[in-house]
Amino acid sequence: MTLAAATNENLAEISNVLIYSAMAVYTLAFFAYIAEWIFGSRSKVARTAAALTPKASAAGTAPAVTVRQGGGTAVLERPKVTVRAASGSRDVPDGPGAHGGDEQGDLYGRIAISLTVLAFALSFGGVLTRALSVERAPWGNMYEFNITFSTTAVGVYLLLLALKKNVRWLGLFLTTSVLLDLGLAVTVLYTASDQLVPALHSYWLYIHVSTAILCGAVFYVGAFTTVMYLFKDSYENKLANGGKPGSFATSFLERLPAAASLDKFAYRVNAAVFPLWTFTIIAGAIWAGDAWGRYWGWDPKETWSFITWVAYAGYLHARATAGWKGRKAAYLALIAFGCWLFNYYGVNIFVNGKHSYADVGLGVLQSAGF
Amino acid sequence: MSDTTTDNSTQTGDDQDLGAAGSQLSTAPVEDAPSPNLPALGVIGWARWFWRQLTSMRVALLLLLLLSLAAIPGSLIPQTGIDETRVADFRERHDVLAPVYDKLGLFNVYSSVWFSAIYILLFVSLIGCIVPRTWQFVGQLRGRPPGAPRRLTRLPAHTTWRTSAAPEEVREAALALLRKRRFRAHTVGDAVAAEKGYLRELGNLAFHLALIVMLIAFAWGQLFKSEGNKIVVEGDGFSNTLTQYDDFKSGNLFTNDDLEPFSFDVKEFTGTYERTGPNRGTPRTYETEVTYTEGADGEEKNAVIKVNKPLEIGDAKVYLVSHGYAPVVTVRDGKGEIVYQDAVPLLPLDNNVTSNGVVKVLDGYRNPQGKKEQLGFQAFFVPTFGGSASGTMLSQFPALDYPVLALNAYHGDLKADSGIPQSVYQMDKTKMKEFKDADGELLKKLLTPGETMTLPGGAGSITFEKDIKEWAGFQVVQEPGGGWALGGALAAIGGLAASLFVQRRRVWVRAVRGDGVTVVEMAGLGRSESAKVPEELGDLAGVLYERAPGVADPEPDGTPEPVAAPPSEDPGASDASGTTTSTDTDSQAVPAEGAEQQ
Ligand code: HEM
Repeated sequence: MTLAAATNENLAEISNVLIYSAMAVYTLAFFAYIAEWIFGSRSKVARTAAALTPKASAAGTAPAVTVRQGGGTAVLERPKVTVRAASGSRDVPDGPGAHGGDEQGDLYGRIAISLTVLAFALSFGGVLTRALSVERAPWGNMYEFNITFSTTAVGVYLLLLALKKNVRWLGLFLTTSVLLDLGLAVTVLYTASDQLVPALHSYWLYIHVSTAILCGAVFYVGAFTTVMYLFKDSYENKLANGGKPGSFATSFLERLPAAASLDKFAYRVNAAVFPLWTFTIIAGAIWAGDAWGRYWGWDPKETWSFITWVAYAGYLHARATAGWKGRKAAYLALIAFGCWLFNYYGVNIFVNGKHSYADVGLGVLQSAGF
Repeated sequence: MSDTTTDNSTQTGDDQDLGAAGSQLSTAPVEDAPSPNLPALGVIGWARWFWRQLTSMRVALLLLLLLSLAAIPGSLIPQTGIDETRVADFRERHDVLAPVYDKLGLFNVYSSVWFSAIYILLFVSLIGCIVPRTWQFVGQLRGRPPGAPRRLTRLPAHTTWRTSAAPEEVREAALALLRKRRFRAHTVGDAVAAEKGYLRELGNLAFHLALIVMLIAFAWGQLFKSEGNKIVVEGDGFSNTLTQYDDFKSGNLFTNDDLEPFSFDVKEFTGTYERTGPNRGTPRTYETEVTYTEGADGEEKNAVIKVNKPLEIGDAKVYLVSHGYAPVVTVRDGKGEIVYQDAVPLLPLDNNVTSNGVVKVLDGYRNPQGKKEQLGFQAFFVPTFGGSASGTMLSQFPALDYPVLALNAYHGDLKADSGIPQSVYQMDKTKMKEFKDADGELLKKLLTPGETMTLPGGAGSITFEKDIKEWAGFQVVQEPGGGWALGGALAAIGGLAASLFVQRRRVWVRAVRGDGVTVVEMAGLGRSESAKVPEELGDLAGVLYERAPGVADPEPDGTPEPVAAPPSEDPGASDASGTTTSTDTDSQAVPAEGAEQQ
């Protein structure tokens, strides 16, 4: 164990500058996304409202099959694959995205994404230099956890974009929350760079926390999509029942993917990351076994990881149970994400604040935010 | 939902059409609506009804949600098993609430009756679910994929073309192709039936089974667990027997013979602390050098125990959990004879290791009158004194920068042999008398290393020696079943991944002779969340098409072939592009507003 390896002040400085620059660029991206929404809304996008007119919005990229969204026909080299709806699902096309099919809006959207990429690179640099300056992983305290978390969330978003997933519409909301998160980090949570205390030195910690951050970022994307699903679903229900939604709702929700698409995407995202979350808890238990002499002890942090896990398991079960799909399952997904959030912010702020380990050697753990 | 009303009207019909073909794609129990008509069948009927409810997915879901709800209070209310002092604290502050909490088991949530009831029910439900599902799954594995439904066009993904190849040829090619793609395939009548993705079911069963293994391992560990604490001063030793522990807890089934035999000596504790910055005073190094022997007379080995690196000996793990100082003091009687000389471990009170404790001279001391007496000194120690001008006796830093020992002095009877176990850090003063100073106050003094406090009236002296030792606190834990829990956990992850990422799906290829040519029909069926089924079907069709190329289609494209066209694909699947601008592809007839199904 190296002792008091001098903190590299220079690198820490650079890190701070990078984080602030990233915030500036995120702000620009934020405005570009706003412009995308505003200019986009000028075009006429009422597809869902056009009585569920199947306007195709996306072209497929599978090797031999082209599934035309809405058209429901997959064009093969020769034979066509016809896709039928699962019975009961509504035949609604995906919205065109924030730009609403408007060229100028689309341009702003592209600018926004470029800016997001730049801001991501800057904040990634910020996280990296921070890590170098403290010579350890960048999550020894809540400040570092926050900057790493927002960087990871944006990374997940950009990765999904690169994989050609229909997530571009998320951009505005993501940059907004990232700005809030970073703002909170640099003002309230800022901690000068320093080394990790000894109890936190373990490679299980690296594994545990990095996967926890990744899971959080993906859960966040899932939860956000779920919220949008709920909005879009009510919107579609209203339309289907002959109601007339407000013009803001129309302008906004028309551009999102169809409720069914959102629902499915949210499920995919949550389900894909659930095994990793399971692994995160296990890695945490192994770490606790090394650090505290028991792998499971119902400490508040452990308890809330468990609650989060059970809640997500409940969500997955609900999806498999007839009668619980759709909105009910969506509420469960949101509750589960709420548990995740509480585990990070709530437990650190409300529960651990009063909680203190009796032993001096471990008391220091608390000051590190874990 | 689709473009022709005729299609809608046949909708209900074709789900029946699917019949056996669509069945058993999973062993998940079929959920029937909660039936209001309760059984009137006496005890057995009720028992059966109850069992069916308990093992239904709906109840499993409810129990899962209940379990997460039930876990919450334990994270907000202090728990006896985690921190007893906080519970005591809570009891003091809430004299109305505490008894209620006690009744409800809220100080022991995770071993309370109601918490146990929930998870035991859940696990009974789980077993009741797994066993039949396993049998069903084995049955499915021994059987063969169900034959093609009558109308393949009714399936979620479907394609057709005409070819000049003979039907038998097409079927043979399809069978070979599907087998090569590792489908379980066979020919039934005029069609090939194939299925793939059994790993999903296997993974799901393995996952749920692994949960049971984990629970049993955890319960086993709790029952046979033992956990003891021991403070050892540098230079002293410890051997793993019950009597040596300062405190000891064990599970219900633990017996003393379960203790792993070993012993160790503490050579040196090393602690260094951050000197500057906001985290000034937090430990940087924190480790203990020990020599240990396994068994009664094993070989002596060296080891370093650190905070995250327990020493593992057999089933036991020795953790370094705390640290403090043990100043060495020498007590002399009136004649100058040494009656006591030892390192006195003191308990730390804060992060800067302000410590307190007691020096007890139990025997060997005679007062100036020659009478046997006991001496007691309350000790207060700071490793870094703030200076007498600082106005505080609290330590400023955890390292030994400016050690000061504050002592006062008593004599009399410490009541050490009254039969009641005594804390080594506290003094029972009921039979003790104060030594007085010149002003008639309790005698007390601040000592720096090497200094001596003289007791009045020739009663002797106490010296704070220059050699200040440190002690390390160890926790020795034996918790069997850890390996099983870990194994279960890994199996759970593997099973879960298989269960979530593998799709179980069926493909049928029908080839029949129709007016001069062969009509090939292919269809795919998967669980509803699947977006890959049409893709895979297209892929298979593409390959098969090469073997059985198409001939001109008598009907042009866009015939009344009912194309229900929901974008059931998910935007996350490869079929959608997130960055696309709206491209115009074929538009379709528009159903009337409100033409919603369900
Ligand atoms: C101990 C608590 C339980 C946990 C944590 C749990 C967790 C899960 C998870 C995460 C899945 C998702 C995997 C997938 O979708 O394939 C799942 C699926 C499933 N669970 Fe559980 N489960 C539990 C208890 C039960 C019980 C008691 C039953 C039976 C009544 C059950 C029956 C099923 C079935 C049938 C599936 C598969 C659904 C499908 O095929 O889509 N589970 N479970």
